[in-house]
Amino acid sequence: MDLGSISLVAFFASLMVASTPILLAALGEMITERAGVLNLGVEGMMIIGAICGFAVAVESGSAVMGFIGAAVGGALLSMLFALLTQFLYATQVPSGLALTLVGVGLASFIGQPYVGESPPAVAKMAIPVLEHIPFFGPAMFQHDAMVYISILLTIAIWAFLKFTRGGLILRAVGENHDAAHALGYKVRLVRVMAIGFGGALAGLGGAYISLIRVPQWTDGITAGIGWIALAIVVFASWKPGRVLFGAYLFGGLTALQLNLQAANVPLLLVLPYLVMLSGVIFLAIAVAAGSWKKTLDVKPTLKTFAQFIGTGLVLLLIGVLTNYASGLDLLLLSSAPFVATIVVLVVISARSKGASNGPAMLGKIFQAH
Amino acid sequence: MISLVKRPQPSKTWVVATPILAVIVTMILGGLLFAAMGKDPFVAIRTIFWDPLFNPDFAAYSRPQLLVKAAPLILIAIGLSLGFKAGIWNIGAEGQYIIGAITGASVGLAFYPMEAWYIFPLMVIAGALGGFLWGLIPALCKTKFNAPEILVSLMLVYFAEQIMISVSLGALRNPEGNGFPGSRNLAQYASSANPELIAGTGAHWGVMAAFAAVVAAYVLLSKHMLGFQIRVTGESTRAAGFAGINANRLIIFCLGTSGALAGLAGLFEVTGPAGQITTSFNTGYGFTAIIVAFLGRLNPIGILLAGLLLALTFIGGELAQFMLSLPSASIQVFQGMLLMTLLAMDIFVNYKVVWRKKEAV
Repeated sequence: MDLGSISLVAFFASLMVASTPILLAALGEMITERAGVLNLGVEGMMIIGAICGFAVAVESGSAVMGFIGAAVGGALLSMLFALLTQFLYATQVPSGLALTLVGVGLASFIGQPYVGESPPAVAKMAIPVLEHIPFFGPAMFQHDAMVYISILLTIAIWAFLKFTRGGLILRAVGENHDAAHALGYKVRLVRVMAIGFGGALAGLGGAYISLIRVPQWTDGITAGIGWIALAIVVFASWKPGRVLFGAYLFGGLTALQLNLQAANVPLLLVLPYLVMLSGVIFLAIAVAAGSWKKTLDVKPTLKTFAQFIGTGLVLLLIGVLTNYASGLDLLLLSSAPFVATIVVLVVISARSKGASNGPAMLGKIFQAH
Repeated sequence: MISLVKRPQPSKTWVVATPILAVIVTMILGGLLFAAMGKDPFVAIRTIFWDPLFNPDFAAYSRPQLLVKAAPLILIAIGLSLGFKAGIWNIGAEGQYIIGAITGASVGLAFYPMEAWYIFPLMVIAGALGGFLWGLIPALCKTKFNAPEILVSLMLVYFAEQIMISVSLGALRNPEGNGFPGSRNLAQYASSANPELIAGTGAHWGVMAAFAAVVAAYVLLSKHMLGFQIRVTGESTRAAGFAGINANRLIIFCLGTSGALAGLAGLFEVTGPAGQITTSFNTGYGFTAIIVAFLGRLNPIGILLAGLLLALTFIGGELAQFMLSLPSASIQVFQGMLLMTLLAMDIFVNYKVVWRKKEAV
């Protein structure tokens, strides 16, 4: 066991790499949902982006072209969902599921000739001056361009929603489509555009996995990240800043898991650190959730804490028991992101029980009269 | 110009007609897809839908496979349909299937090598219970904390897959398996085996359970108060609230039942066709069952037929892979397209397409 082999700088650097695909996909889905559309097809659009990006990058020899191809691929697939839900008035939940099923199948279909290929390398883009800051330089400012783009996108989307007319129209469509329609806004057009934007960003996120994070093509490469992105949108209460926070929280967890697995640390020795870490994460959530509601009420926080610990313990127990029974340490670590997603969903939903703070028209069908 | 007029009530004719039309349209789309790959579309479609049943060279082998593959799909889809009807979205059946197989197999392996008549029934109970408990997690997260059951149930699939990998490398690994991952073969251990009951049909206990589930669901939905409550909740949550229907109880019932049925499907699979728990024991029945449920219109009889059809695509897909070297993923695309086409055609159920002259302003 050698915890010392995990360098903190490398950990933070890998955290940013692990977070970027989640962030991209979650930002896209957030815009879609702010327009009142629940697209459960994120996983499908991501994996289509992953293969389209990979194929285009391999064929053209350019990673930039790959990312463009991925965005186009994701957006094209999302148009199937737009056709179903906006023009044929199909229910959004099964339509999103269908999109995921089609996307996953189609990706493995397209991907067959690309198994074993390697994509063109993506150049690191160090930020001048900042890269020389000790610790922060190598951890934060020596990444590929997509990492910075994803963060700039977060800021841009925040500004778009808060300060622009377009953002206002998007929110109006998501909060009350009948009123928006009465005011003369093209509800359907806005939604189709929002769905397309969500698809493009999910595609970019997928390509980030196949071109940079892995970088290779294998079937099912997105491995549930699309679903985690969906959960993060709920966790973030549909706000860009919190999407960033949530994506980095989960990216951190994934990076930690991979680092621990690579360092081959026995679980029992790591457990105290994990508990400590979950405590810190909880505090962050509690404080954030408190400030999100503009009040930090002690009583609900304690209740939430109890709920958090309770759910966490039950899941931990299942994990530890199976872990003990199997004599392997991998289980708990490799399922950590999914277990954490459940815990976080439970905590955040318990806090906002009663009134959902999502867009009022989320998942509702609109038909102009 | 063409315009859509909402029907006061869903059209009964179209409810039955759209699944059939969707299958035909998907066949055409699939044919185009195969043609684009340079395969003869007619041969491909015939290989998938006709040859497994009627080609004398393959039918003897593939006909019994139909029931073997349809049984888990029908069992799971029946459970899912109860929830879907009431607007409760369990999309984690794959996880419940895995857990049911693991808990059921564990009980059987605990008795090994003892032989007794009660081992198999105990395994069946353990399998159903495992799936039930796994389905109860999203149910309780929903009723206690209002967490979205769609996401929670799906996350649990990934968790269950990790558990499956872990136990097949560890706790349940065959001690006489020369270190290979995977449990002992349950189909070769007489007390835990789930054999073909009627020779040449493929019908094992899972097939019986699937038929029983169809009948039970039919009775529940048409004759029982609970079925009525499920239908009312699906039509209007508000009306259900006014009628004093306990939404939380319904959520627990629907997710628990579908979990138990998925767990049963897993148990019957691991004791019969699959034989053992391995690192990749699951084959996606839990997800395909979602398509079965919708294609069967959430109706037990419909699900029975849809389950047989989707089972046929699995078998035909394998045959096409073997005969025409079609990629295995093409069947997955085909199944996904089927659901999409069906959802697209649903517009005819709820809307009437009329030709209207442009009205004067």
